[in-house]
Amino acid sequence: MLDQQSELRSGLSHYPPTSSLLEMERMDSRDSKVSDQRSPQGKPKLRVQGFNFFYGLVQSLFKIDLEIPEHQVTAFIGPSGCGKSTLLRCMNRLNDLIEGARHEGNILLDDVDIFNSKVDITDLRKRVGMVFQKSNPFPKSIHENVAYGPRLQGLKNRAVLEDIVEGSLRGAGLWEEVKDRLHKSALGLSGGQQQRLCIARALAVKPDVLLMDEPCSALDPIATGIIEELLFSLKKELTVVIVTHNMQQAARVSDSTAFMYLGQLVEFGLTKQLFTNPSNKQTEDYITGRFG
Amino acid sequence: MVQQRHFDEELAELKAKLVQMAGLAEDQIDKALTALVTRDAALACRVIERDHKVNALDVEIDEACIELLALHQPAAHDLRLVTTAMKLSTELERISDLAESICERAIELNEEPQLKPYIDIPRMGSLARVMVKESIDAFVKEDAALARKVIVNDDFVDDLMEQLFRELLSFMVENPHTISRAIRLSFIAKSLERMADHATNIAELVVYLVEGKIIRHTSPPVSL
Repeated sequence: MLDQQSELRSGLSHYPPTSSLLEMERMDSRDSKVSDQRSPQGKPKLRVQGFNFFYGLVQSLFKIDLEIPEHQVTAFIGPSGCGKSTLLRCMNRLNDLIEGARHEGNILLDDVDIFNSKVDITDLRKRVGMVFQKSNPFPKSIHENVAYGPRLQGLKNRAVLEDIVEGSLRGAGLWEEVKDRLHKSALGLSGGQQQRLCIARALAVKPDVLLMDEPCSALDPIATGIIEELLFSLKKELTVVIVTHNMQQAARVSDSTAFMYLGQLVEFGLTKQLFTNPSNKQTEDYITGRFG
Repeated sequence: MVQQRHFDEELAELKAKLVQMAGLAEDQIDKALTALVTRDAALACRVIERDHKVNALDVEIDEACIELLALHQPAAHDLRLVTTAMKLSTELERISDLAESICERAIELNEEPQLKPYIDIPRMGSLARVMVKESIDAFVKEDAALARKVIVNDDFVDDLMEQLFRELLSFMVENPHTISRAIRLSFIAKSLERMADHATNIAELVVYLVEGKIIRHTSPPVSL
């Protein structure tokens, strides 16, 4: 009994003592009258600071400042060409592959600038995974698709690998549907299943952040619903950033929403605030379908 | 580039229906007061009969709002307008119910001679009537300043109600034969005071519609 108690205490030791917790609560309620409740709260996982981005001579992002809170879903919305995908792709340096592309400013992942020359880009992309609009499974078995990443990292232990495959497929909500045909081709899966397989493949390398670029735009409403539900469980483990054209989807799944227009961040706030009472006229016009 | 939306037409229709309902409710108040002051039982009966029209509009507006929510998933100002309309129609429906109740009391009062000249009741009535009208004007023009003015006026109606109640109490103390009439008159005063409360609720809804801030239940009680 005593042991249990001391264990409990040591387990809780990184929380503030009760009195200061209460104090914090009191401060919160006091602050709610005066402070700005619009801005997303929580520890930032990714910090975008004074970020400009150019495709050759064309500037496509202008002075973006944004903090993505950890263990939350952040949605980027905005009309086509507003720069939301570009910004997303900067977050794991996918844009490095484009000739003539360059940036100014910083993106910090847990306080480390991802553009620092000491950052290993493979390591970065392992920590910041990505799922694309169109599912792109390897033309291999379901099992191979998920095991590919960990194996590439040198994981040989079969038992551990099997655990990762099962855990990732479960995490992506696909396990029950594919457990009896793990060694069949991934290309035989439905569109929604293929997309979840891509999520499982991203989860297999245990990323901190999952970037999703229009992950549901090629899916039917049922498959979309399954992926949206998945986001609620995924955010317990990692931080999700999703680009979507579907405003209702952003409203349903995200905690914070960023509205971008012509390469600028127009408004960034709590999703519930942004969709009931946006502070910017352009945001209002976009989310109510007056332009875009 | 701002696009025209078909949705705007539907929202305009919703607003028009609310204005129509508000016009009916205001007319109910007017006629109820006239029926009381002129001791016109026939007019009172007409007001009672007409209440179902306001009820029907309440249902119609509710259905329209539910449809707009389901089919258009409105956001931001659109969302605030639709949810405000749903609540506003309930307020108007209650106002009309109160006018009906005043008429019922008026008919009962006609069975006995008039207790006293009616001075404060018509004053309360016209104040409440103006509050209802201004709250609806504030809704139509989306004028938060006008809405806030309505909220302040509620205190005058409360004061008048208190004054009237004391006066009626003195009647009852002096002569128990006046009790049934005095009680009916105080019911009427209470109905008018409630109308002013509903106008206040509408005004608070307008502030939410315009500013996105819920202000009801926020102000501390003011002692005068």
